[in-house]
Amino acid sequence: MGIEIHGVSKKFGTFEALKNVDLTVGDAELVALLGPSGSGKTTLLRIIAGLDTPDSGSILLNGEDATNRGAGDRGVGFVFQHYALFRHMTVMENVAFGLRVQPKKVRKSKEDIHDRVMTLLKLVQLDWVAKRYPAQLSGGQRQRIALARALAVEPKVLLLDEPFGALDARVRRELRTWLRRLHDEINVSCVFVTHDQEEALEVSDRVAILDKGRIEQIGTPQSVYDNPANPFVYSFLGNVNLFHGRVKEGKATIGDFEVDAPEHRDATDSPAVGYSRPHEMEVSRERNGNDSLSAVILQIQAVGPNIKLRLKRTESEDILEAEITREKQRDMDLKSGETIYVKPRLVRVFIADPSETPLNYQI
Amino acid sequence: MTTRRHRNAETASGKIIRWILITIALIFLALFLITPLVAVFAQALDKGWAGYWEAIREPDTLAAIRLTLIAAAFAVPLNTLFGIAAAWSITKFDFRGKNLLLTVLDLPFAVSPVISGLIFVLIFGAQGWFGPWLSEHDIQIIFAVPGIVLATIFVTVPFVARELIPHMQAQGREEEEAALVLGASGLQTFFRVTLPNVRWSLLAGVILCTARAMGEFGAVSVVSGHIRGETNTIPLQVEILYQGFNYVAAFAVASLLTFLGLATLIIKKFVEWKTLET
Amino acid sequence: MTTRRNVLPGFGISTGITLAYVSLLILIPLSAVFLSTAAGGWDHFRSAVTSPQVIASYKLTIGASIGGAAINAVFGLLVAWVLARYDFFGKRLVDAIVDLPFALPTAVAGLSLAAIYSDNGWFGRYLLPLGIKVAFTPTGILLALTFVGFPFVVRNVQPVLEDLDLEVEEAARSLGATRWQTFSRVILPTVLPALVTGSALALARALGEYGSVVFISANIPFKTQITSLLIITKLEEYDYTGATAIAAVMLLMSFVLLLAINLLQARSRRYQET
Repeated sequence: MGIEIHGVSKKFGTFEALKNVDLTVGDAELVALLGPSGSGKTTLLRIIAGLDTPDSGSILLNGEDATNRGAGDRGVGFVFQHYALFRHMTVMENVAFGLRVQPKKVRKSKEDIHDRVMTLLKLVQLDWVAKRYPAQLSGGQRQRIALARALAVEPKVLLLDEPFGALDARVRRELRTWLRRLHDEINVSCVFVTHDQEEALEVSDRVAILDKGRIEQIGTPQSVYDNPANPFVYSFLGNVNLFHGRVKEGKATIGDFEVDAPEHRDATDSPAVGYSRPHEMEVSRERNGNDSLSAVILQIQAVGPNIKLRLKRTESEDILEAEITREKQRDMDLKSGETIYVKPRLVRVFIADPSETPLNYQI
Repeated sequence: MTTRRHRNAETASGKIIRWILITIALIFLALFLITPLVAVFAQALDKGWAGYWEAIREPDTLAAIRLTLIAAAFAVPLNTLFGIAAAWSITKFDFRGKNLLLTVLDLPFAVSPVISGLIFVLIFGAQGWFGPWLSEHDIQIIFAVPGIVLATIFVTVPFVARELIPHMQAQGREEEEAALVLGASGLQTFFRVTLPNVRWSLLAGVILCTARAMGEFGAVSVVSGHIRGETNTIPLQVEILYQGFNYVAAFAVASLLTFLGLATLIIKKFVEWKTLET
Repeated sequence: MTTRRNVLPGFGISTGITLAYVSLLILIPLSAVFLSTAAGGWDHFRSAVTSPQVIASYKLTIGASIGGAAINAVFGLLVAWVLARYDFFGKRLVDAIVDLPFALPTAVAGLSLAAIYSDNGWFGRYLLPLGIKVAFTPTGILLALTFVGFPFVVRNVQPVLEDLDLEVEEAARSLGATRWQTFSRVILPTVLPALVTGSALALARALGEYGSVVFISANIPFKTQITSLLIITKLEEYDYTGATAIAAVMLLMSFVLLLAINLLQARSRRYQET
């Protein structure tokens, strides 16, 4: 069942949460809504679910206009950030709830309901806690029960609101993989909201990046990472080094080096920003061509499997960040205070938007 | 939340202060609060158990008990239904004027009991708004049972709502939203999800409402007319006995209300303990 | 496109019932006081509420209520302090006893207090030789009003004391403050809003109190006649206009006080959030 969102806008008082948003989710697709807090992603999710109503626009579920249908009539399942499990019911009763409140005509028999609940609990690997109460479960377990509960009524669409937000890092990573596998198994369209870019890129088929109520870019994780549409997307998806300069007719001059920027072939002399990822910076003790920048090492920090270098350019006050492998550091044996040369292997150039607030360097 | 460490974290000189303060507090409470409580039972039993039962079984007293129960039987269910509706409306939805509504809800608390009775006299009394119409149709409200019931309802309106609202407020709306998405109707959501979560607060509210309904004095005094055997509730009966110098009987009847008061206290404490658990 | 603001069901019916009930049972009856008073005319009103007897009742009522609230502020703070900060045998029981004036019907309280403090009562007989007469005097009224207002202060102050950060106190002590300085400069200011709110609530309760006072006061005009008793007297004399006029004044006082209390509570909530 597909989801089609056309021109949805929503205001809370004077705050514009969503501005004319369009989105399509295909059958059995797993789409992530990614963005900072206040970007409107949770609002959009709740509107799809029917827990909030849009000021304008329409929602189609499986080709049918669901905009005016109540949340219980849409055939969606919703998993809340803080689980919203019914605290006075056992796990069993929680998962069975959706099946028990169905109208008598449609309702399954007690035995069928019991069987279905146990099947679901086995699916989420929690059949052994069936008689327990939510308060007796860990966060990760509660989240899986919330998922089982939502799946019990066989929704065509599953909506998850920051499902792993309230969990610690290790559990989060485990559940991420588990969700992906589960989705592949049950084949339901899934939309989930997150502010964690790593999570979105790792789990989803497609990612929609939102900022200030608008969708900035939609695409596969690979495509949005490799071809970010604008500076916001670029810096949201990872650490950045920022260079200021100018671009003219396909060539960008960033400080004292030049970069080809064929996508801006038609640009007349305009201010530009160049972005480069820390792990795309080549580091050496010798100057290598006139697009190398000299910089002083301020700090060397081991972060997990890599080494982070915090650098200050000798020609200006700009701070840069470079990431190298441990092997490279072993070979080069860099020391704090040394002057080295860095060359960005890949620079993405964007025309600078004077109205946009300058983005900070990653510290 | 203060820990045990906090509670007794004092140095040697602090210990003395601590014990002085505790002693003063305990003496104050004993003299001020406990003595009146003890006095009720002591005086009631002044003529022994026989005297006690005789006072209770007196026809006027029995009539007073019956009337008190009737008033409570109307006030409590009505105000419970209202309290549930009000709590649902206020905690599950956002609308303008909510704060004003909450203040209005508290009005019966803030108003003197005498005025609470007076307002019904003004409306239903012989010279009141509906006075002529009522006497035409030979309906008696003031100085009769209906008036007492009305006054009792008025003074106990906020009780159930006031217990439910903070509790439901603290619990939020997510469980209800979850039930909604799972396909539950409004009533199903209320009975299966909301009500079980607040059952202890509901109980506390109902108990408090009952206790107040049975113990209301000032408002009922104004609308009742003090007709012996007919329009006296238990508190009014206490007053009549006292004014007639029937002290032992007065205390005996008062002890009934005291039992009620103590039961209220115990149940309320129990409910508080239970709510802390969830 | 209609915007349903609230998704949970039952908005219409629950809010409808609430508003209807509140209007019928609370707003309209209360307005009867003001409407009847207005119907009586301004001159009638003025003469009714400014007669010497009525003024005497105002003075007594307000005076005794403020006195009661003040006593409650002191002892309420003491008891709240002891309950919040110390552990001792029987503490749970004591904590429950504090609510007794809430739970006990006013008639019982009034009866009991009158009996204890009467001239040959348990306490009265010891106070009489000391020249302190309680029954049928303003002192008795003060006592009764203190009794009914007591839990308000304790229950308002206790949570604030319990939530006090021990570390803030320890910081003060480590900076050299004496015990008294820590109390008066660090703890008291934090507790003050709750203390004032609790005392205001006790005051509001005392102003309108009837049941616990009627036994101990004997309703002596100019001496032990509080305003609520005066209203009843007027009703018994069939002076409905007089009674209503005085009631209107009392009602106004209650509303103003209620407003002040709500503002105070909103203010103190702001303190607690920081």
